[in-house]
Amino acid sequence: MYQIIKKEKLYQDIYAMWIKAPEIARTVQPGQFIILMTREEGERIPLTVADYDREKGLIVIVFQIVGKTTDELSSFKEGDYLYSFIGPLGQKSEIDYFGTVVLVGGGTGIACIHPIARNLKKAGNKVITIIGARTKKLIIMEKELRQVSDELIITTDDGSYGRKGFVTDALKEKLDHDNNIKKVWTIGPPIMMKVTTSLTKAYSVDTIVSLNTIMVDGTGMCGSCRVSIGGETKFVCTDGPEFDGQLVDWDGFMNRIGRYKKEEKESWNHHKNQEECHCKERSNG
Amino acid sequence: MADMIPVKERMKREQISMREQSPDKRIANFKEVPLGYTREDAIKEAQRCLQCKNPKCMRGCPAEINIPQFIKYIVEEDFESAYLTILKTDALPAVTGRVCPQEEQCQKECVLNNTGKPIAIGRLERFVADWARKNHIHGKTDTVVKKDIKVAVVGSGPAGLSCAADLAKMGYHVTLFEALHKLGGVLVYGIPEFRLPKTIVEYEVNEIKKIGVQVITDYVVGATGSVEDLKKEFDAIFLANGAGAPRFMNIPGENMNDVYSANEFLTRSNLMKAYLFPEYDTPIKIGRKAATIGAGNVAMDSARTALRLGAQKSYIIYRRSRKEVPARAEEVHHAEEEGIIFNFLTLPVRVLGNKEGKVTGMECIKMKLGEPDESGRRRPVPIEGSNFTLEVDMVIDAIGTMANPIIAKSAQGVEVNRWGYFKIDEKTRMTTCEGIFAGGDIVRGAATVISAVGDGKVAARSIATYLSSGKSLKK
Repeated sequence: MYQIIKKEKLYQDIYAMWIKAPEIARTVQPGQFIILMTREEGERIPLTVADYDREKGLIVIVFQIVGKTTDELSSFKEGDYLYSFIGPLGQKSEIDYFGTVVLVGGGTGIACIHPIARNLKKAGNKVITIIGARTKKLIIMEKELRQVSDELIITTDDGSYGRKGFVTDALKEKLDHDNNIKKVWTIGPPIMMKVTTSLTKAYSVDTIVSLNTIMVDGTGMCGSCRVSIGGETKFVCTDGPEFDGQLVDWDGFMNRIGRYKKEEKESWNHHKNQEECHCKERSNG
Repeated sequence: MADMIPVKERMKREQISMREQSPDKRIANFKEVPLGYTREDAIKEAQRCLQCKNPKCMRGCPAEINIPQFIKYIVEEDFESAYLTILKTDALPAVTGRVCPQEEQCQKECVLNNTGKPIAIGRLERFVADWARKNHIHGKTDTVVKKDIKVAVVGSGPAGLSCAADLAKMGYHVTLFEALHKLGGVLVYGIPEFRLPKTIVEYEVNEIKKIGVQVITDYVVGATGSVEDLKKEFDAIFLANGAGAPRFMNIPGENMNDVYSANEFLTRSNLMKAYLFPEYDTPIKIGRKAATIGAGNVAMDSARTALRLGAQKSYIIYRRSRKEVPARAEEVHHAEEEGIIFNFLTLPVRVLGNKEGKVTGMECIKMKLGEPDESGRRRPVPIEGSNFTLEVDMVIDAIGTMANPIIAKSAQGVEVNRWGYFKIDEKTRMTTCEGIFAGGDIVRGAATVISAVGDGKVAARSIATYLSSGKSLKK
């Protein structure tokens, strides 16, 4: 059992949790992920590690409520225990000295780029970070990212904060004006990663994406997470989660991550109905 | 007493059959197919045993069970002694009594084969184990003198469990590491409920824990900690992580949404209990027409699971002929009874689907048998121009597994062969790194539960020899 030491609501439906997992915190590297289960009847979901504290033995996860498990997870309190928490899984980010690098984050992907940015900075790179969201309130981890970036650009779709527009608009401008950009990381919603990758292709800049596929075991056993990379089938859990974005079969990837949409909805509704029943029981009792 | 029946009379008696759920009923549930012997059935069957002075059946048992002895106890209606006799060497009797291919092992050696059917040893073992569980009979756990020596066992499948149990009985401190959240390895993620109920696995695993085996779940050796980490803490290591990586055919369309590896399909259904969705969260997609590729036990399990989950038609697609089918005869028989459709001499060449990734069919080619290959089986050869489309909307690849390299990568000095399986000394089961032993599927490639149990036993003895000579990984 793995205890939730701290919980923070970053925005309406985005949460951060600090989980006690000393064995994982001992060896985890930026870019890796964990798999968790809320309870015995639960499903196994992968989440990219948002941060870690080796000394205190903590792993930080950041998640948005998108379905049954994340909804349930958000109801857990500090001091509660998760049924299962395994990792660190997958390959670490390639941290090296490249020169100038750009990190593009969207949604909860903003949290995932944080440890990568920090380590790239530590390796001597000039780190430009671009984060974007629909509106001001959805911008998370601004302070933390500012600390590890030479430059932080914020975009919002509605112009309520930072620049109005998409992360790709800001990235395009950077690419147009800076010939020294050696590498781009883009982590966030699949469509954002796809669009970023097609933009950087025109500039021939290496672009790394972190794929958030559906997994079961997360150790190379089932192949649920498989995706075609440059025509070759790869497992996101053991070969990834980071890949060269130019090689990803985006259509195949997006099809596969949507393959349980109907069931995911059914499961969430089932969960909500049960919650409702419990509430009624409680109010009657 | 019943054992006074003359030998001639015993030889005349017919083997007692085991009751089963009828096919029409069982395809709609996940309950066990065979219902087991009754007390009377068991005694009657046990009475057939000739109690050979030089019992051949024991030679065929990797778990080294004293078969005539436990059968004798059944005849005497002393089921507790029968259970303790089995438990002396086999820590998983209710499991092996169900999933061992006895017809290839103990029962194959039975002298009664000369005149009729052999003693149904597996059914008797199963009866005894089930009886003990229902009557709360436990093995002895208090006689062991603890040694101050620690052994790590990696993987809690049949090889790991049997090795851990034997070492604990010898007094070693055993820690069992499991990557998943539940113990049992292939017994819980691979073999379906209708062949091996999970409560039974859980029960026998708990009995092993009672001997004093410490267990750590959610620990991925090779990720959470390396083999190098374990070397610092343990005096010896047994690697039994299985051959868990799925094999795909590498044909076009195989990454479409409705194509599963058997590993994924069965893990969702068995370990994650997708058959109880939405009470359990993990979903599984079932088409109306399911094609399972391959004809081993895993393929039978997959095709039969698809049927139970609601597929109207469930096909087995196999490139060789019926004669070469590697699955146990009993599994094939059960599958046929349930209406699984076998397409022999058929090779899939492409999975067809639409833009959204939905499978709409599978293009196959007919095969014929040519000259024997290196396995001695006649090589299947495609018949040119015989392509046809099978109308299916889901595909399950059950064409075997490979070594998962995750542990090997984290172990210095432990060599693997060209397929990624650990190289071992056949006699000692030691890998190329002194103090590290290996067994089960990660040495053999996909094999049976019982061969893994046997490997665990042999390795346990060898580890004891290594440790009692004063050696240790920590030195």
